Formats: sequence, structure tokens, C-alpha cells
Amino acid sequence: MTQLLNAPAPPRTAPPEQRPPRRKALLEWIAVHTLGVAAALFFTLPFVFVVLTSLMSDQQALTRDLVPDTWQWENYRKVWDTPGFLTWWRNTLLYAGLGTVLTVVSSLPVAYALAKFRFRGRNLSVMLVISMMMLPPQVVVIPMYLFWAKQLDLSGSLWPLIIPMAFGDAFSIFLLRQFLLTIPDEYLDAARVDGCGELRTLLRVVLPMARPGIAAVALFQFFYAWNDYFGPQIYASENPAAWTLSYGLESFKGAHHTDWNLTMAATVLVMAPVILVFFFAQKAFVEGVTLTGVKG
Amino acid sequence: MPTHTPTLRARHRASALRTLAFLSPWLIGFGVFFAYPLVSTVYFSLMKYDGFGVPEFQGLDNWTYVFQDYPMFWPALRNTLWLVLVMVTCRVVFGLGIGLLITKIRTATGAFRTLFYLPYLAPPVAATLAFVFLLNPGTGPVNSVLEGMGLPAPGWFTDATWSKPALTALALWGVGDLMVIFMAALLDVPKEQYEAASLDGARAWQRFRFVTLPNISPIVLFAVVTGVIQTMQYYTQPLVAGKVASGIIGGSGQQFEPGYPDKSTLTLPQLVYNLGFQRFDYGAACVVALVLFALSMAFTALLMRRRGGLITAGDR
Repeated sequence: MTQLLNAPAPPRTAPPEQRPPRRKALLEWIAVHTLGVAAALFFTLPFVFVVLTSLMSDQQALTRDLVPDTWQWENYRKVWDTPGFLTWWRNTLLYAGLGTVLTVVSSLPVAYALAKFRFRGRNLSVMLVISMMMLPPQVVVIPMYLFWAKQLDLSGSLWPLIIPMAFGDAFSIFLLRQFLLTIPDEYLDAARVDGCGELRTLLRVVLPMARPGIAAVALFQFFYAWNDYFGPQIYASENPAAWTLSYGLESFKGAHHTDWNLTMAATVLVMAPVILVFFFAQKAFVEGVTLTGVKG
Repeated sequence: MPTHTPTLRARHRASALRTLAFLSPWLIGFGVFFAYPLVSTVYFSLMKYDGFGVPEFQGLDNWTYVFQDYPMFWPALRNTLWLVLVMVTCRVVFGLGIGLLITKIRTATGAFRTLFYLPYLAPPVAATLAFVFLLNPGTGPVNSVLEGMGLPAPGWFTDATWSKPALTALALWGVGDLMVIFMAALLDVPKEQYEAASLDGARAWQRFRFVTLPNISPIVLFAVVTGVIQTMQYYTQPLVAGKVASGIIGGSGQQFEPGYPDKSTLTLPQLVYNLGFQRFDYGAACVVALVLFALSMAFTALLMRRRGGLITAGDR
């Protein structure tokens, strides 16, 4: 069929030529959208089953039923009232919120210098940033733990995770630099000619133009902190008052043994904010993902 | 000339200071949170230290212990190899497939894209809990459906043979990041090349093979290498899956030996946790940390050495 379609068009009348392509296009449309619906089911059904189970009664959650007989909305109330749950929320918001602000403030000037200043060692610095970005946190965790726990006596809190964010985050620096590279130098030169210092140029000219990049970095950092499990496990596990949602969620399963309904309700409550944030900031997010290093 | 030199030098100094000032947050961070702990990790890898008293020098004992006597090291490395070969490959192929699909979908494209992307955002602990539930052999909906269709229903996270495939399913569910990257790359392929290929009579597969693939191959390589690096760091999902599926949970994490079932979900980062924070053998933990460091950096170097398409450190 393709060959027929693609054969060099001899000077013929139009109608006989038109029919096969249209039919082919229709078939392709059907095939593509069937696959699309199948894929959509694969991506959404897990959410659906989780939500359905979260609304089952304790007894029904122990069966193989897929749909709740009676919709137990109070499961969410029970989860919400679990001792500690609100504290985990507060801690997560502190870690994610404060951490994100600190990261953006400390990473932007670094990214600006790496993108727009000319100095010896710049390429080396960028390579070091990339190396730090790719470094698994577990590589340096032993000395870092000893540093925070033994020298500064800060274990049992989230501060060992928040304070480092005031000193630039490699991934954010890299992403912001990639974004700043796309801003033409002429804008900066114009500001400099007008007598702006570099800090002024950064705040007055670059900052407004870099807003989408900053939004993407802020989102990534917020999600990173929200999702972080290893960090709270190392520094906060000894003190339940410092747990975050991601860390506490796991222990929730432990406290409720086989109560899949309550565990799934808690799971929904941890997923929901992330998904809500995404819907409000979808564009910035998708832009950010494409920025993460792909230079086509 | 000599009259100009001082001002020039002063200006150079001012510009160097300015650069230093802008870089200072990161320079401090680099020293305190990267360089110092890295050197310190090398130091501790040669010491016997449990967090109390004074570290004791013991040469390469930690190294021989990890490579010869520590029962979790080789299983973890084998699992990592499995995950690199199977999970990374599946993710790249599936991500490319979904990316292709989304570029072809003409109706409600935005809705499809959002649906495909959302699972990537699910917090890993939550997503893992969800999958342990979905795939649990007792009451899980997946096995209910499989049995309903007369298909075998494996034990997934409770069966050493099936735990890594179950983790792969979880990783495929969160393929949204690759989808977006591939989608952007696919839309960048020049339309004229497809038209030229069509005029030459190329079929769909040939167009994909000779037009699409060559154009997006840097992105495929990027996806593979970053996938490998992510696999080196693979921690939360296998650990939480093992913990939850085994039924052993607790805030302290002391009683759970990672890797359930039968070491099949062990990965290198979990060993650092196990040795350092469960066995308090900081020396041996640092040995594993250095192995992890070497592997990660080797693949990062691969990412940076490629000219052109991949991450470039130099100018545009």
C-alpha cells in the first residue's frame, strides 16, 4: 500500500489517487488510537485500582474484589487522623519549600557565571558540576553522616538535608546554565553598556527572562525533596517527629499490616499534591525535562 | 604599555573576584559536600571504625572483606548488571515507542500526553507501595486478572525470579521522562527527509530505520547512558519493595536485611546502607561507596566525552 501511495504521481485525474491514501490514513488513525488507548489504560489503571482499594471496607480489602461495595470515604479521615501524619506533612513542606527557595537563590548566580562569564577553569567547573550531579548520594553519606551527627549533633532532624541546599545544587545549576545559554549575550551587553553591574544585570535582565527555567528548577527541586527517601532515612529515622511523608508512608504499611485500604488511602494522599502541582505547572515541567541535557 | 598594565591587572583582579563571588555558594558546596567527603571516604575505606572511639588503620582488609566475604556484594553487582541489561533496555525501547505513539496521536494529544507522563511524577515510595499491592499474589488485581484469563500468576515481589521483572514493570510505568525527551527529538527530525524517503519508496519501517533512528541516535545514547547511571543509584524502589513485600517494616529499619526475596532486589547503594547504618562497619561501607563512585564516574565520563549531541561542557 505504501508503494502504491508513494509511486511517482503520473499526470492523472485526482479522484482515483485520493481514495487509497484516505483509507490508509483512516486505518492508521484507528491503529494509532487503539494503541493510544491501550497505553493510556496501562498508565492509568494502577491509579484507578489504588483509589478503588483505598475506598473499600477493611474486610473487603482482604478479598480479590476490584470495586468497593460501600464507598468508605472515612478511610481518608482515618489516615489523616493517624498520629504523626500531620507532622509528616509539615516536615515535608518545610524540607521541600525551604529547600527549593534556598536552591534557587544559591544556584542562579553560579549558573549565570558558568553560562555567561569567561574565565579560566570554566569548562572544568561545568564538568565538575555534571560529575556532582551524577554522584549517587550514597557515595559520600558515611563522612557526611559523621559530620552532621557527630560534629554538629544535627541528626534526628531534616537540617542536614536543608542546609546543603544553600550551597548550590548541581542539577539545578546545570539546568539553569543550559537555560541561560539560550539567552542572547546582546541583552546582557546592552545592560552592561547602560552601566549595570553583573549582579544588577542578573537581577534586572536575566532573572525576568529566565523565569521558565527557574520555574522548572524550582519544580524539580520541590519534587525531589517531596520524594526523597534516602535522606530522611539516614538523618531523620531515629526521630519520628522529623519524618517526612515519603519516609513515614512506608512505616504506615507496617502499622496497618494487611489493611491495604488504609495504606492505599495514605498512598493517594502522598501522590495527590504532586499531581496537583503538576497540573498547575505542566508547561514549565515539560520544558524542564527537555532541558535536562539534550542538545539536539 | 607599562602605564596601562596596573589598570588592566586591577580590572582582571576585579573580574576574577566577581567570578569567585558568583561561584562562591557552589565552591563552598563543592568543598564541603563533595571534595572533603570523597577524600574522607577513601580514608575510612582503609580504617576500622564503628562510629565510636578512634578509627584504626587496617590496610586493605575492608576491601578484601567486601570482595571476598561480604555475602551481599556480588549478588548486588549481578542484580545491577541485570537491571542495566533488561530494565534500561526495556525503558528506552518503551519510552521511544510511547514517544513515537504520542507524535502520531492526533486526537486529544494533550490529554494522552498528560496521562502517559503522570506516573513518572508519582513519589517513588508511593508508587512502589502501589505496585506491591497491585502485584501481591494474594489479593492483587493483576494476578486476579491473570488467573481469570487462565494465565500463570507469579509471586512478583515475593519470588526471587520475578522481583526484578516486577521492578521493571514499575520502571516502565514511570517512563514519562524518556517519552518527553524522545518526543522532542522526534519532532525535531526534518520533515523533508521523510518526504524524500517516501519519494524513494521507503516503507514505514525503512523510514524509521534510515531517517528517524539516525536523527535521534544521540538522544537514544543519552537515554541509555543516563539510564545506566540511574541504575547505579537505584535505591528507594528495590528497598521499599523488599521491605513491604517481606512484611518487615519499622521506623528503625534495623531488623530488615535488604534484598528480599533472597537477595534478588539488592543494589549497590543498599549495601552502603546495610554496612554503614545496620552493621556499623563504616570502613566496608566506604569501600562499596568507592566502587559505586568509580562506576558512576566511568559512565558520566562516557556522557561527557561524546562530542556534539550529548551533554557538552564547552561553548555552544
